[in-house]
Amino acid sequence: MSAPTGITRATLTKDLRLEWRSKDALNSMLFFALLVVVVFSFSFDPNAEESRVIAGGLVWVAFLFAAVVALNQTWARELRNQVLDAYRVSPAPANALFLAKAIGNFLFVVVLEAVMTPLFIVFYKLHALGPAWQLFPVAVLGTWAIVVNGTFFAAMSLRTRSREIMLPLLLFPITIPALLSMVEATTTILVGDPSTSAKFWIVLLATYDVVFTTGSLALFETVLHAE
Amino acid sequence: MKKAFPILGLLTAVLLSYALYEALVVAPQEQTMGDVQRIFYYHVPSAWTAFLLFAINFLASVLYLVRRNPQTDRIANWVVMALAVLTCTGGYVFRSALPKDVYPSSVATTGIAIAGLYFLIRKYFSEQGTDILALTTAEVGVVFCTVVLVTGPLWARPVWGIWWTWDLRLTSTLVLWLIYVSYLVLRRFSSSGETPVLAAALAVFGALDVPLVYFSIWFFRTQHPQPVIGGGGSIDPRMLHVLLINWLAFLCFAFLVCWSRYRLERIQRDVEETQALEALLEPGGQVR
Repeated sequence: MSAPTGITRATLTKDLRLEWRSKDALNSMLFFALLVVVVFSFSFDPNAEESRVIAGGLVWVAFLFAAVVALNQTWARELRNQVLDAYRVSPAPANALFLAKAIGNFLFVVVLEAVMTPLFIVFYKLHALGPAWQLFPVAVLGTWAIVVNGTFFAAMSLRTRSREIMLPLLLFPITIPALLSMVEATTTILVGDPSTSAKFWIVLLATYDVVFTTGSLALFETVLHAE
Repeated sequence: MKKAFPILGLLTAVLLSYALYEALVVAPQEQTMGDVQRIFYYHVPSAWTAFLLFAINFLASVLYLVRRNPQTDRIANWVVMALAVLTCTGGYVFRSALPKDVYPSSVATTGIAIAGLYFLIRKYFSEQGTDILALTTAEVGVVFCTVVLVTGPLWARPVWGIWWTWDLRLTSTLVLWLIYVSYLVLRRFSSSGETPVLAAALAVFGALDVPLVYFSIWFFRTQHPQPVIGGGGSIDPRMLHVLLINWLAFLCFAFLVCWSRYRLERIQRDVEETQALEALLEPGGQVR
């Protein structure tokens, strides 16, 4: 078992180092999310008390769009110098590569969220009226849901024509239940209505994560080796 | 088989006109909705046909993926058989856990039908055949699903007073439509060699998504009740008769379209293969 974890660790370290030196994905993601925050603030009054109800949706839509920017780059990087082809002919397990990429993207999106959330709080005057600690599992499970599907679909759209457009076209319809859960859970917590609870949405998100992580791991090798 | 095609075409045309006559003339007028309700005979059969086609698309995609490797093929056979046995017995054992209007016999019938379809496709379609079948059923399924989404608002406007409402059925049908449109887009945009595998993987993901979509929207909408009360209650047996006639006609029509699309795609692939082969040959006919 040491070989797959070794490959995962090596690929992950390489991706993190590349990102640390170039900061391509993080910079474009951050700037993109910032633009979304500013543009959305024109479409409604961000200081109104009602904006609390739409803030959950707004935050997650901004993160989803920004994540797509990073996800599009994740495999394209391996096309240069035929790195991916070398990986395909090597006996290394495909899932080790997939996990490394998924974890790497997860970390990037987590950094994005850590930087952007304070900005959202400041710009939209947000504070949770419900149990705020529940936002943590929602954020972790939701980010993983976006990232695990996104990494898989990015690998799928890698060799298609107009790859950059393909990824959101594949990703958004499939992630609708996860997106709905994240938005509803966040809104429930922010609004703090005592008659409803975010627990169902967190359970649904966890189910979604388990189903699609299993699905991705079961099918990734087939997709990687599709001729 | 080729001779059966025009005969079936004629039969379908006759059946469709008979079903139209039944729906517009024979079926009794609905008490509250009046003649508008007759759109029901197109709306519901289209929905059932679309769901059936999507189910076939899923089974064909699974078959395409598992048959790439003899071992997974064998495992999948056992899994499908085990699922059929489970649905036959599970419904009766856990009868109390089932929702009120779901009978153990309907669970068993569904399980047997799915397993039966799986083995039928497995027997009569080659590896490439299952891929073409998946493509065909997705295309025709999207058409029927579009019919559902268009006739729905046409019916809703005079009856509910609104074109669209974000209720459970409408939203989940729309999401299903979106998933299969993205499937067709992927097929269109990927390079020919890898299309079948990628499309099959996406079809499996889409099918995994369907129950999650349904549950999430179900909970979403029970939290925010709608002013619109949909259906429920019983149906006049004469109406049910007309509905089933229409469904039969629509099924025949869908089968006919799928069949011709299947043949067209098969011929197109044969032509491409021949052209590729010819390109390898010298004018003299010898392999270079």
